[in-house]
Amino acid sequence: MKSKLFDYVERDNWVYNLSGLTKLIGFILLTFASMYTYDIRCILGILILSFTVLKMSGITFSQIKMMLYYVAAFLLLNQVLTFLLAPTYGTEIYGTSHEIIRFSERYVLTQEQLLYQVTKLFKYVSVIPLGMLFLLTTNPSEFASSLNGVKISYRGCYAVALTLRYFPDILRDYNDISLAQQSRGLDMSKKEKTSTRIKNVLNICVPLIFSTLQRIDVISNAMDLRGFGKHKKRTWYARKPMQKSDYVCLTACAGVALVVFGIAMFINGGRFWNPFY
Amino acid sequence: MKKLFEFKTKTIVATGLGAALFFVLFMYVKVPSPVPETSLQTAYGVGGFFAAMFGPIAGGLIAFIGHALSDALSYGSPWWSWVIASGVSCFLIGLVYPKLNVEEGEFGKKDIILYNVYQVVANVIAWLVVAPILDIVIYSEPVETVFLQGITAAILNAVVTGVIGTVLLVLYSKTRAKKGSLSKEG
Repeated sequence: MKSKLFDYVERDNWVYNLSGLTKLIGFILLTFASMYTYDIRCILGILILSFTVLKMSGITFSQIKMMLYYVAAFLLLNQVLTFLLAPTYGTEIYGTSHEIIRFSERYVLTQEQLLYQVTKLFKYVSVIPLGMLFLLTTNPSEFASSLNGVKISYRGCYAVALTLRYFPDILRDYNDISLAQQSRGLDMSKKEKTSTRIKNVLNICVPLIFSTLQRIDVISNAMDLRGFGKHKKRTWYARKPMQKSDYVCLTACAGVALVVFGIAMFINGGRFWNPFY
Repeated sequence: MKKLFEFKTKTIVATGLGAALFFVLFMYVKVPSPVPETSLQTAYGVGGFFAAMFGPIAGGLIAFIGHALSDALSYGSPWWSWVIASGVSCFLIGLVYPKLNVEEGEFGKKDIILYNVYQVVANVIAWLVVAPILDIVIYSEPVETVFLQGITAAILNAVVTGVIGTVLLVLYSKTRAKKGSLSKEG
Protein backbone atom coordinates (compact mmCIF):
# COMPACT_ATOMS: atom_id res chain seq x y z
CA MET A 1 0.00 0.00 0.00
CA LYS A 2 2.76 2.39 0.90
CA SER A 3 4.70 1.99 -2.33
CA LYS A 4 1.72 3.53 -4.17
CA LEU A 5 3.43 6.79 -3.35
CA PHE A 6 5.90 6.15 -6.09
CA ASP A 7 3.94 4.72 -8.96
CA TYR A 8 4.78 5.70 -12.46
CA VAL A 9 1.81 5.67 -14.82
CA GLU A 10 2.65 6.06 -18.47
CA ARG A 11 0.60 8.70 -20.29
CA ASP A 12 0.80 10.12 -23.75
CA ASN A 13 1.07 13.89 -23.58
CA TRP A 14 3.82 16.39 -24.25
CA VAL A 15 5.11 16.50 -20.67
CA TYR A 16 5.58 12.74 -20.53
CA ASN A 17 7.10 12.65 -23.99
CA LEU A 18 9.85 15.11 -23.14
CA SER A 19 13.24 13.52 -22.61
CA GLY A 20 14.24 12.96 -18.97
CA LEU A 21 17.28 15.15 -19.53
CA THR A 22 15.08 18.12 -20.48
CA LYS A 23 12.92 17.67 -17.42
CA LEU A 24 15.96 17.39 -15.13
CA ILE A 25 17.58 20.55 -16.50
CA GLY A 26 14.26 22.42 -16.45
CA PHE A 27 13.70 21.31 -12.86
CA ILE A 28 17.16 22.47 -11.80
CA LEU A 29 16.90 25.83 -13.60
CA LEU A 30 13.45 26.71 -12.25
CA THR A 31 14.07 25.54 -8.67
CA PHE A 32 17.31 27.50 -8.52
CA ALA A 33 15.60 30.59 -9.87
CA SER A 34 12.80 30.41 -7.31
CA MET A 35 15.24 29.49 -4.53
CA TYR A 36 17.31 32.57 -5.27
CA THR A 37 14.72 35.28 -5.69
CA TYR A 38 12.63 36.88 -2.96
CA ASP A 39 10.66 38.94 -5.44
CA ILE A 40 7.01 37.98 -5.05
CA ARG A 41 6.22 38.97 -8.64
CA CYS A 42 8.77 36.51 -10.07
CA ILE A 43 7.67 33.85 -7.63
CA LEU A 44 4.01 34.21 -8.59
CA GLY A 45 5.07 33.91 -12.24
CA ILE A 46 6.89 30.64 -11.56
CA LEU A 47 3.98 29.48 -9.42
CA ILE A 48 1.47 29.99 -12.23
CA LEU A 49 3.79 28.40 -14.78
CA SER A 50 4.49 25.33 -12.68
CA PHE A 51 0.86 24.74 -11.74
CA THR A 52 -0.22 25.17 -15.38
CA VAL A 53 2.27 22.53 -16.52
CA LEU A 54 1.18 20.26 -13.65
CA LYS A 55 -2.42 20.59 -14.85
CA MET A 56 -1.42 19.91 -18.46
CA SER A 57 0.55 16.81 -17.51
CA GLY A 58 -2.66 15.13 -16.35
CA ILE A 59 -1.30 14.08 -12.97
CA THR A 60 -4.37 13.39 -10.84
CA PHE A 61 -5.02 14.87 -7.43
CA SER A 62 -5.11 11.44 -5.78
CA GLN A 63 -1.54 10.80 -6.97
CA ILE A 64 -0.19 13.80 -5.11
CA LYS A 65 -2.64 14.06 -2.21
CA MET A 66 -0.22 12.67 0.39
CA MET A 67 2.54 15.02 -0.68
CA LEU A 68 0.30 18.02 -0.39
CA TYR A 69 -0.58 17.11 3.20
CA TYR A 70 3.09 16.76 4.15
CA VAL A 71 3.91 20.07 2.52
CA ALA A 72 1.03 21.88 4.19
CA ALA A 73 2.13 20.62 7.62
CA PHE A 74 5.74 21.60 6.94
CA LEU A 75 4.86 25.06 5.67
CA LEU A 76 2.61 25.74 8.63
CA LEU A 77 5.37 24.80 11.07
CA ASN A 78 7.91 26.86 9.17
CA GLN A 79 5.67 29.94 9.13
CA VAL A 80 4.82 29.72 12.83
CA LEU A 81 8.46 29.13 13.81
CA THR A 82 9.63 32.06 11.71
CA PHE A 83 7.18 34.42 13.35
CA LEU A 84 7.84 33.14 16.87
CA LEU A 85 11.61 33.23 16.61
CA ALA A 86 12.18 36.18 14.30
CA PRO A 87 9.17 38.50 14.32
CA THR A 88 11.25 41.46 13.13
CA TYR A 89 13.20 39.71 10.37
CA GLY A 90 11.16 41.50 7.69
CA THR A 91 12.09 44.86 9.17
CA GLU A 92 15.75 43.85 9.20
CA ILE A 93 15.60 42.96 5.52
CA TYR A 94 13.62 45.89 4.17
CA GLY A 95 14.94 48.50 6.59
CA THR A 96 11.55 50.06 7.37
CA SER A 97 8.74 49.27 9.79
CA HIS A 98 5.03 49.69 9.10
CA GLU A 99 3.09 48.31 12.02
CA ILE A 100 -0.22 46.51 11.52
CA ILE A 101 -1.00 44.97 14.90
CA ARG A 102 0.97 44.99 18.13
CA PHE A 103 0.51 41.80 20.17
CA SER A 104 3.17 42.51 22.78
CA GLU A 105 6.53 44.27 23.10
CA ARG A 106 8.28 41.60 21.04
CA TYR A 107 5.53 40.42 18.72
CA VAL A 108 4.64 43.21 16.37
CA LEU A 109 3.19 42.28 13.02
CA THR A 110 4.63 44.62 10.41
CA GLN A 111 3.88 44.89 6.70
CA GLU A 112 7.50 43.96 6.05
CA GLN A 113 7.24 40.75 8.05
CA LEU A 114 3.98 39.93 6.32
CA LEU A 115 5.54 40.43 2.88
CA TYR A 116 8.58 38.33 3.84
CA GLN A 117 6.48 35.45 5.14
CA VAL A 118 3.97 35.51 2.30
CA THR A 119 6.81 35.61 -0.23
CA LYS A 120 8.45 32.68 1.52
CA LEU A 121 5.20 30.73 1.54
CA PHE A 122 4.69 31.15 -2.21
CA LYS A 123 8.37 30.50 -2.84
CA TYR A 124 8.09 27.03 -1.33
CA VAL A 125 4.69 26.33 -2.86
CA SER A 126 5.90 27.30 -6.35
CA VAL A 127 8.55 24.56 -6.50
CA ILE A 128 6.28 21.72 -5.32
CA PRO A 129 4.82 20.95 -8.76
CA LEU A 130 8.29 21.00 -10.33
CA GLY A 131 9.60 18.13 -8.23
CA MET A 132 6.40 16.18 -8.71
CA LEU A 133 6.47 16.77 -12.45
CA PHE A 134 10.01 15.54 -12.71
CA LEU A 135 9.54 12.48 -10.51
CA LEU A 136 6.10 11.37 -11.63
CA THR A 137 6.44 11.91 -15.36
CA THR A 138 9.92 10.45 -15.82
CA ASN A 139 10.23 6.73 -16.34
CA PRO A 140 12.46 5.50 -13.46
CA SER A 141 14.60 3.59 -15.95
CA GLU A 142 15.22 6.79 -17.84
CA PHE A 143 16.20 8.70 -14.71
CA ALA A 144 19.78 7.42 -14.63
CA SER A 145 20.35 8.15 -18.29
CA SER A 146 19.17 11.72 -17.81
CA LEU A 147 21.54 12.19 -14.86
CA ASN A 148 24.32 10.87 -17.07
CA GLY A 149 23.19 13.43 -19.64
CA VAL A 150 24.22 16.27 -17.31
CA LYS A 151 27.74 14.76 -17.17
CA ILE A 152 27.48 12.96 -13.84
CA SER A 153 29.73 9.88 -13.89
CA TYR A 154 27.74 6.83 -15.00
CA ARG A 155 28.89 4.97 -11.91
CA GLY A 156 27.09 7.52 -9.75
CA CYS A 157 24.05 7.34 -12.04
CA TYR A 158 24.02 3.59 -11.69
CA ALA A 159 23.87 3.98 -7.91
CA VAL A 160 20.76 6.16 -8.31
CA ALA A 161 19.23 3.68 -10.76
CA LEU A 162 19.83 0.87 -8.27
CA THR A 163 18.21 2.94 -5.53
CA LEU A 164 15.06 3.41 -7.57
CA ARG A 165 15.06 -0.23 -8.66
CA TYR A 166 15.45 -1.64 -5.15
CA PHE A 167 13.34 0.87 -3.21
CA PRO A 168 10.10 -1.14 -3.65
CA ASP A 169 11.89 -4.41 -2.82
CA ILE A 170 13.38 -3.07 0.39
CA LEU A 171 10.09 -1.45 1.33
CA ARG A 172 8.37 -4.81 0.89
CA ASP A 173 11.06 -6.54 2.97
CA TYR A 174 10.63 -3.90 5.63
CA ASN A 175 6.86 -4.44 5.76
CA ASP A 176 7.28 -8.23 5.90
CA ILE A 177 9.80 -8.08 8.73
CA SER A 178 7.81 -5.46 10.59
CA LEU A 179 4.62 -7.53 10.42
CA ALA A 180 6.47 -10.70 11.40
CA GLN A 181 7.96 -8.99 14.44
CA GLN A 182 4.63 -7.45 15.39
CA SER A 183 2.98 -10.86 15.24
CA ARG A 184 5.58 -11.97 17.78
CA GLY A 185 4.41 -9.21 20.10
CA LEU A 186 6.68 -6.28 19.26
CA ASP A 187 4.84 -3.05 19.99
CA MET A 188 5.45 -0.39 17.34
CA SER A 189 2.73 1.96 18.51
CA LYS A 190 2.95 5.18 20.46
CA LYS A 191 2.26 3.40 23.76
CA GLU A 192 5.89 2.44 24.27
CA LYS A 193 8.69 4.62 25.65
CA THR A 194 11.12 6.19 23.20
CA SER A 195 13.99 3.94 24.28
CA THR A 196 11.88 0.77 23.83
CA ARG A 197 10.76 1.96 20.44
CA ILE A 198 14.37 2.48 19.33
CA LYS A 199 15.11 -1.06 20.46
CA ASN A 200 12.10 -2.32 18.53
CA VAL A 201 13.18 -0.48 15.40
CA LEU A 202 16.58 -2.15 15.77
CA ASN A 203 14.86 -5.54 15.82
CA ILE A 204 13.53 -4.73 12.37
CA CYS A 205 16.66 -3.01 11.06
CA VAL A 206 19.03 -5.87 11.83
CA PRO A 207 17.45 -8.51 9.58
CA LEU A 208 16.72 -5.86 6.96
CA ILE A 209 20.33 -4.73 6.82
CA PHE A 210 21.74 -8.23 6.81
CA SER A 211 19.52 -9.20 3.88
CA THR A 212 20.53 -5.99 2.10
CA LEU A 213 24.22 -6.77 2.62
CA GLN A 214 23.69 -10.19 1.05
CA ARG A 215 21.92 -8.56 -1.89
CA ILE A 216 24.83 -6.15 -2.30
CA ASP A 217 27.18 -9.12 -2.63
CA VAL A 218 24.99 -10.88 -5.18
CA ILE A 219 24.40 -7.80 -7.33
CA SER A 220 27.97 -6.56 -7.30
CA ASN A 221 29.26 -10.02 -8.24
CA ALA A 222 26.76 -10.18 -11.10
CA MET A 223 27.82 -6.74 -12.33
CA ASP A 224 31.52 -7.55 -12.05
CA LEU A 225 31.03 -10.78 -14.00
CA ARG A 226 29.37 -8.82 -16.79
CA GLY A 227 32.30 -6.43 -16.94
CA PHE A 228 30.66 -3.37 -15.37
CA GLY A 229 32.90 -0.33 -15.17
CA LYS A 230 35.40 -1.50 -17.77
CA HIS A 231 34.97 1.49 -20.08
CA LYS A 232 34.85 5.22 -19.55
CA LYS A 233 31.41 5.62 -21.13
CA ARG A 234 28.31 3.55 -21.56
CA THR A 235 25.11 3.71 -23.54
CA TRP A 236 21.60 3.61 -22.08
CA TYR A 237 18.74 1.40 -23.13
CA ALA A 238 16.11 3.86 -21.88
CA ARG A 239 17.36 7.14 -23.24
CA LYS A 240 14.93 9.25 -25.25
CA PRO A 241 16.56 11.21 -28.06
CA MET A 242 16.23 15.00 -27.91
CA GLN A 243 13.45 16.36 -30.11
CA LYS A 244 12.25 19.78 -31.19
CA SER A 245 9.88 20.08 -28.20
CA ASP A 246 12.82 19.37 -25.88
CA TYR A 247 14.80 22.29 -27.24
CA VAL A 248 11.75 24.59 -27.07
CA CYS A 249 11.17 23.59 -23.44
CA LEU A 250 14.84 24.02 -22.49
CA THR A 251 14.94 27.47 -24.09
CA ALA A 252 11.77 28.48 -22.23
CA CYS A 253 13.15 27.33 -18.86
CA ALA A 254 16.48 29.05 -19.45
CA GLY A 255 14.56 32.18 -20.47
CA VAL A 256 12.53 32.21 -17.26
CA ALA A 257 15.65 31.68 -15.15
CA LEU A 258 17.48 34.48 -16.98
CA VAL A 259 14.56 36.90 -16.51
CA VAL A 260 14.38 36.10 -12.78
CA PHE A 261 18.12 36.57 -12.25
CA GLY A 262 18.07 39.66 -14.48
CA ILE A 263 15.28 41.31 -12.47
CA ALA A 264 17.11 40.49 -9.24
CA MET A 265 20.39 41.91 -10.46
CA PHE A 266 19.45 44.96 -12.49
CA ILE A 267 16.09 46.10 -11.14
CA ASN A 268 16.02 45.02 -7.48
CA GLY A 269 19.77 45.12 -6.94
CA GLY A 270 19.65 41.97 -4.81
CA ARG A 271 17.50 39.01 -3.86
CA PHE A 272 14.76 41.09 -2.24
CA TRP A 273 12.19 43.28 -3.93
CA ASN A 274 11.62 46.27 -1.71
CA PRO A 275 8.30 48.10 -2.25
CA PHE A 276 8.72 50.04 1.02
CA TYR A 277 11.73 52.02 -0.02
CA MET B 1 45.34 -1.36 3.13
CA LYS B 2 41.93 0.15 2.38
CA LYS B 3 41.89 3.21 0.21
CA LEU B 4 39.73 6.07 1.44
CA PHE B 5 38.17 7.09 -1.87
CA GLU B 6 38.01 3.86 -3.87
CA PHE B 7 34.86 3.42 -5.95
CA LYS B 8 34.65 -0.17 -7.12
CA THR B 9 31.55 -2.03 -8.25
CA LYS B 10 30.76 -3.13 -4.72
CA THR B 11 30.87 0.48 -3.49
CA ILE B 12 28.46 1.50 -6.25
CA VAL B 13 26.00 -1.26 -5.42
CA ALA B 14 26.33 -0.58 -1.70
CA THR B 15 25.60 3.09 -2.43
CA GLY B 16 22.51 2.24 -4.46
CA LEU B 17 21.00 -0.24 -2.03
CA GLY B 18 22.13 1.73 1.01
CA ALA B 19 20.38 4.79 -0.38
CA ALA B 20 17.20 2.76 -0.95
CA LEU B 21 17.37 1.53 2.63
CA PHE B 22 18.03 5.05 3.92
CA PHE B 23 15.12 6.27 1.80
CA VAL B 24 12.70 3.65 3.24
CA LEU B 25 13.74 4.30 6.84
CA PHE B 26 13.78 8.06 6.35
CA MET B 27 10.22 8.10 5.07
CA TYR B 28 8.55 5.51 7.27
CA VAL B 29 10.55 4.76 10.39
CA LYS B 30 10.59 7.87 12.50
CA VAL B 31 10.48 7.58 16.26
CA PRO B 32 8.96 10.71 17.81
CA SER B 33 11.50 12.20 20.18
CA PRO B 34 10.89 13.71 23.62
CA VAL B 35 11.34 17.16 22.02
CA PRO B 36 8.00 18.18 20.46
CA GLU B 37 7.64 18.39 16.65
CA THR B 38 10.88 16.53 16.00
CA SER B 39 11.60 12.90 15.41
CA LEU B 40 14.53 10.56 15.72
CA GLN B 41 15.52 9.65 12.19
CA THR B 42 16.63 6.04 12.41
CA ALA B 43 17.93 6.36 8.85
CA TYR B 44 21.04 8.17 10.14
CA GLY B 45 22.01 5.09 12.16
CA VAL B 46 21.98 3.07 8.96
CA GLY B 47 23.81 5.87 7.13
CA GLY B 48 26.54 5.77 9.78
CA PHE B 49 26.75 1.98 9.50
CA PHE B 50 27.17 2.05 5.72
CA ALA B 51 29.67 4.92 5.93
CA ALA B 52 31.82 2.92 8.36
CA MET B 53 31.52 -0.20 6.18
CA PHE B 54 32.00 1.24 2.69
CA GLY B 55 33.78 4.59 3.09
CA PRO B 56 33.06 8.30 2.72
CA ILE B 57 31.91 8.34 -0.92
CA ALA B 58 29.32 5.62 -0.37
CA GLY B 59 28.23 7.15 2.94
CA GLY B 60 27.91 10.67 1.59
CA LEU B 61 26.02 9.59 -1.53
CA ILE B 62 23.71 7.29 0.44
CA ALA B 63 22.56 10.07 2.71
CA PHE B 64 22.44 12.60 -0.13
CA ILE B 65 20.44 10.45 -2.56
CA GLY B 66 18.21 8.94 0.14
CA HIS B 67 17.39 12.29 1.70
CA ALA B 68 16.90 14.07 -1.64
CA LEU B 69 14.52 11.40 -2.97
CA SER B 70 12.50 11.18 0.22
CA ASP B 71 12.22 14.98 0.38
CA ALA B 72 11.21 15.13 -3.26
CA LEU B 73 8.53 12.53 -2.64
CA SER B 74 7.17 14.08 0.52
CA TYR B 75 7.59 17.79 -0.19
CA GLY B 76 7.78 17.98 -3.98
CA SER B 77 11.24 19.46 -3.97
CA PRO B 78 14.30 18.68 -1.84
CA TRP B 79 15.28 21.09 0.92
CA TRP B 80 18.79 21.35 -0.50
CA SER B 81 20.61 22.80 2.49
CA TRP B 82 19.61 19.87 4.72
CA VAL B 83 20.11 17.32 1.98
CA ILE B 84 23.67 18.55 1.54
CA ALA B 85 24.20 18.58 5.31
CA SER B 86 23.00 14.95 5.45
CA GLY B 87 25.51 14.02 2.78
CA VAL B 88 28.28 15.88 4.59
CA SER B 89 27.54 14.18 7.91
CA CYS B 90 27.74 10.65 6.47
CA PHE B 91 30.72 11.58 4.28
CA LEU B 92 32.63 12.71 7.38
CA ILE B 93 31.67 9.57 9.31
CA GLY B 94 33.03 7.59 6.36
CA LEU B 95 36.51 9.01 7.01
CA VAL B 96 36.78 6.46 9.84
CA TYR B 97 36.52 3.63 7.28
CA PRO B 98 40.23 2.88 6.70
CA LYS B 99 40.76 2.58 10.46
CA LEU B 100 38.07 -0.08 10.96
CA ASN B 101 37.99 -3.71 9.96
CA VAL B 102 34.39 -4.74 10.50
CA GLU B 103 34.38 -7.13 7.52
CA GLU B 104 36.93 -9.24 9.35
CA GLY B 105 35.00 -9.35 12.56
CA GLU B 106 36.99 -6.71 14.44
CA PHE B 107 34.93 -4.13 16.29
CA GLY B 108 36.07 -3.86 19.89
CA LYS B 109 35.90 -1.13 22.52
CA LYS B 110 38.60 0.94 20.84
CA ASP B 111 36.74 0.88 17.52
CA ILE B 112 33.45 1.78 19.19
CA ILE B 113 35.03 4.87 20.72
CA LEU B 114 36.72 5.77 17.43
CA TYR B 115 33.46 5.45 15.47
CA ASN B 116 31.55 7.53 17.99
CA VAL B 117 34.13 10.31 18.11
CA TYR B 118 33.98 10.55 14.32
CA GLN B 119 30.20 10.53 14.21
CA VAL B 120 29.75 13.17 16.92
CA VAL B 121 32.24 15.48 15.21
CA ALA B 122 30.60 14.80 11.83
CA ASN B 123 27.12 15.56 13.15
CA VAL B 124 28.23 18.75 14.86
CA ILE B 125 29.95 20.01 11.70
CA ALA B 126 27.03 19.05 9.46
CA TRP B 127 24.14 20.34 11.56
CA LEU B 128 25.69 23.27 13.41
CA VAL B 129 27.87 24.63 10.62
CA VAL B 130 26.87 23.36 7.16
CA ALA B 131 23.06 23.23 7.50
CA PRO B 132 22.51 26.65 9.14
CA ILE B 133 24.96 28.42 6.83
CA LEU B 134 23.37 26.90 3.72
CA ASP B 135 19.91 27.74 5.08
CA ILE B 136 20.95 31.37 5.35
CA VAL B 137 22.81 31.47 2.03
CA ILE B 138 20.34 29.49 -0.11
CA TYR B 139 17.03 30.27 1.53
CA SER B 140 17.64 33.50 3.54
CA GLU B 141 16.06 31.93 6.61
CA PRO B 142 16.33 33.98 9.81
CA VAL B 143 19.42 33.18 11.90
CA GLU B 144 17.49 32.35 15.09
CA THR B 145 15.38 29.58 13.56
CA VAL B 146 18.19 27.86 11.69
CA PHE B 147 20.43 27.52 14.73
CA LEU B 148 17.61 26.27 16.94
CA GLN B 149 16.79 23.62 14.33
CA GLY B 150 20.49 22.90 13.84
CA ILE B 151 21.15 22.24 17.53
CA THR B 152 18.12 19.95 17.80
CA ALA B 153 19.14 18.06 14.67
CA ALA B 154 22.77 17.70 15.81
CA ILE B 155 21.83 16.23 19.18
CA LEU B 156 19.10 13.89 17.89
CA ASN B 157 21.12 12.66 14.94
CA ALA B 158 24.23 12.09 17.03
CA VAL B 159 22.17 9.99 19.45
CA VAL B 160 20.64 7.93 16.65
CA THR B 161 23.87 7.52 14.68
CA GLY B 162 25.66 6.57 17.88
CA VAL B 163 23.18 4.08 19.29
CA ILE B 164 21.87 2.40 16.15
CA GLY B 165 25.14 2.60 14.21
CA THR B 166 27.20 1.12 17.05
CA VAL B 167 24.75 -1.71 17.72
CA LEU B 168 24.58 -2.61 14.02
CA LEU B 169 28.37 -2.59 13.66
CA VAL B 170 28.86 -4.74 16.77
CA LEU B 171 26.21 -7.24 15.65
CA TYR B 172 27.55 -7.42 12.12
CA SER B 173 31.15 -7.89 13.26
CA LYS B 174 30.01 -10.83 15.40
CA THR B 175 28.61 -12.61 12.34
CA ARG B 176 31.94 -12.41 10.52
CA ALA B 177 34.66 -14.99 11.07
CA LYS B 178 37.74 -13.39 12.59
CA LYS B 179 40.97 -13.51 10.64
CA GLY B 180 43.12 -16.34 11.96
CA SER B 181 40.27 -17.76 14.01
CA LEU B 182 41.00 -21.25 12.73
CA SER B 183 43.91 -23.13 14.16
CA LYS B 184 45.47 -26.34 12.96
CA GLU B 185 44.91 -29.27 15.25
CA GLY B 186 48.01 -31.11 16.17
